[in-house]
Amino acid sequence: MYTQSFNVPDQAGQKTVAVTPSTEDAELMARFDARIDADGRIEPQDWMPEAYRKTLVRQISQHAHSEIVGMLPEGNWISRAPSLKRKAILIAKVQDEGGHGLYLYSAAETLGTSRDQLLEGLHSGKAKYSSIFNYPTLNWADVGAIGWLVDGAAIMNQIPLCRCSYGPYSRAMVRVCKEESFHQRQGYEALLVMMKGTQAQREMVQDAVNRLWWKCLAMFGPPDADSPNSAQGMRWGIKRISNDDLRQKFVDATVPQAKVLGITLPDPDLKWNEERQHYDYGQIDWQEFWDTVEGNGPCNKERLATRVKAHNDGQWVRDAAQAYARKQQERAMKEAA
Amino acid sequence: MSATIDYLLHLADNAVVLGQRDAEWCGHGPILEEDLALANVSLDLIGQARLLYQRAAELKGDGTTEDKLAYFRDSQEFRNYTLLELPHHGALVGYAVADRDYATTIVRNFLYSALMVHVWDALQTSADSTLAGIAAKSLKEATYHLHHSRDWLVRMGDGTDESHTRAQAAVNHLLPYTEEFWTVSPAETAAVEAGVGVDVRTLRAAWDALVNDALAEATLTRPQVRGYVPQGKVGLHSEHLGFLLAEMQSLARAHPDGCW
Repeated sequence: MYTQSFNVPDQAGQKTVAVTPSTEDAELMARFDARIDADGRIEPQDWMPEAYRKTLVRQISQHAHSEIVGMLPEGNWISRAPSLKRKAILIAKVQDEGGHGLYLYSAAETLGTSRDQLLEGLHSGKAKYSSIFNYPTLNWADVGAIGWLVDGAAIMNQIPLCRCSYGPYSRAMVRVCKEESFHQRQGYEALLVMMKGTQAQREMVQDAVNRLWWKCLAMFGPPDADSPNSAQGMRWGIKRISNDDLRQKFVDATVPQAKVLGITLPDPDLKWNEERQHYDYGQIDWQEFWDTVEGNGPCNKERLATRVKAHNDGQWVRDAAQAYARKQQERAMKEAA
Repeated sequence: MSATIDYLLHLADNAVVLGQRDAEWCGHGPILEEDLALANVSLDLIGQARLLYQRAAELKGDGTTEDKLAYFRDSQEFRNYTLLELPHHGALVGYAVADRDYATTIVRNFLYSALMVHVWDALQTSADSTLAGIAAKSLKEATYHLHHSRDWLVRMGDGTDESHTRAQAAVNHLLPYTEEFWTVSPAETAAVEAGVGVDVRTLRAAWDALVNDALAEATLTRPQVRGYVPQGKVGLHSEHLGFLLAEMQSLARAHPDGCW
């Protein structure tokens, strides 16, 4: 899943590097610009401005980290899934997220940054990931609601990325989007079934939606007026639609689905605007969003520490695989000699 | 009929309990590729459990379901091998806490899948044609699980000093539990007589060969095993199963009328 604000800088205050190619690069730059203008694809072996490369690495790595960290809040319910069918669905879903992480780390590697370097950025707290995963999953309905709303928001954000200017990223996104849209429908279906169950189950669904709704709206990133990086991303074809437009699209698509489900979205200002032909919605708490992005949400420390622990605890396993591979290579060389 | 049901429950409980254990790694694996691999193993096992419970429910014919069998039986009614319910670490009491150890996970998956490739192979000719079909599907999965766990067993045994020590400790800890494979429970005897089940004792030589070969390649030694033989498959479990089921069954039991 799960873009939020891919235009959120990894480190506070970091600015997008201005594109100022040296004279010798001018011709390459002109060729690059022409390809972007023609809506063509940039491939790994092509020349690209350093700032484009850096922005992409940041964006793809934030996306990859979001997938990996995103395994944790849903993984929280695997052991307690209330039926074997739902357990299998949830394991498969969390596994898909891990798979997305894998393709995205691979896409970032084509830009010359290794998975180890990217993980180092995550583990040191330097690299960001989608803030939505810094909130706890408190009841089983959170699993369905994450599918419906969080994956739903992610799809809005990601479908345009299937046309992103960087080839490996855009191709990875085609597959990611197919799986996310499956998750979204699966999550919605899980909630529909719960709404037909007991009163306690319906309350679980409402509670999960109450807690997730505003966080999902914030996932699209700061308002356009406060998104200085967006314009450059648009220019480069790595961001196609603005944060506010995507957010509006998400709200407009979700309100009718909530009605069918029979739950209330927790926003008294949410109403149809005949003139705009869109739903109006209330104020997002950006202070809370930024607090969480900066590491001070309810679960940031747990999420990150858990990733770091898994990585550190697994060091001996990775070392064993490498040591064994080296021994095998040495044996093969001896045999050949 | 009841011989078949008891036998199906033994096979299903094995699958669900190990599936539950292996899924504990989801999000915590030593490397992303292994996170995905273990989730696959777990999915296969839960898929097997579902088919086996569904068949058992169908034969029971009293309105029970796969979920009632998995979620509303208590630990003494579970018929899985004790080996499969142990936590992913060395010998500690049920309420002790320790870090998960990937060597324990791998060695257990190896010892179990080395048995199940033979069990499923034999059950392809079970007199219960549904079970025979499940066996054919499960054989493919168990073959992959054996491949995966054997590869890692060899890497760990013949990897670094630390991985060798961990793998040997896991073998020493877990091998005694496999003695349970070779005792025959009343349910197994009845199932064999009905032509539904397989006499596990006939599979021992083939299992020994697989295990000895892998341990040798992994430069690990096979410990002598004596003393207590676990009896999970007749419902006498370790202290660990109660905790596993308490967690697995909690939500379903809190909402017995819920639909999911």
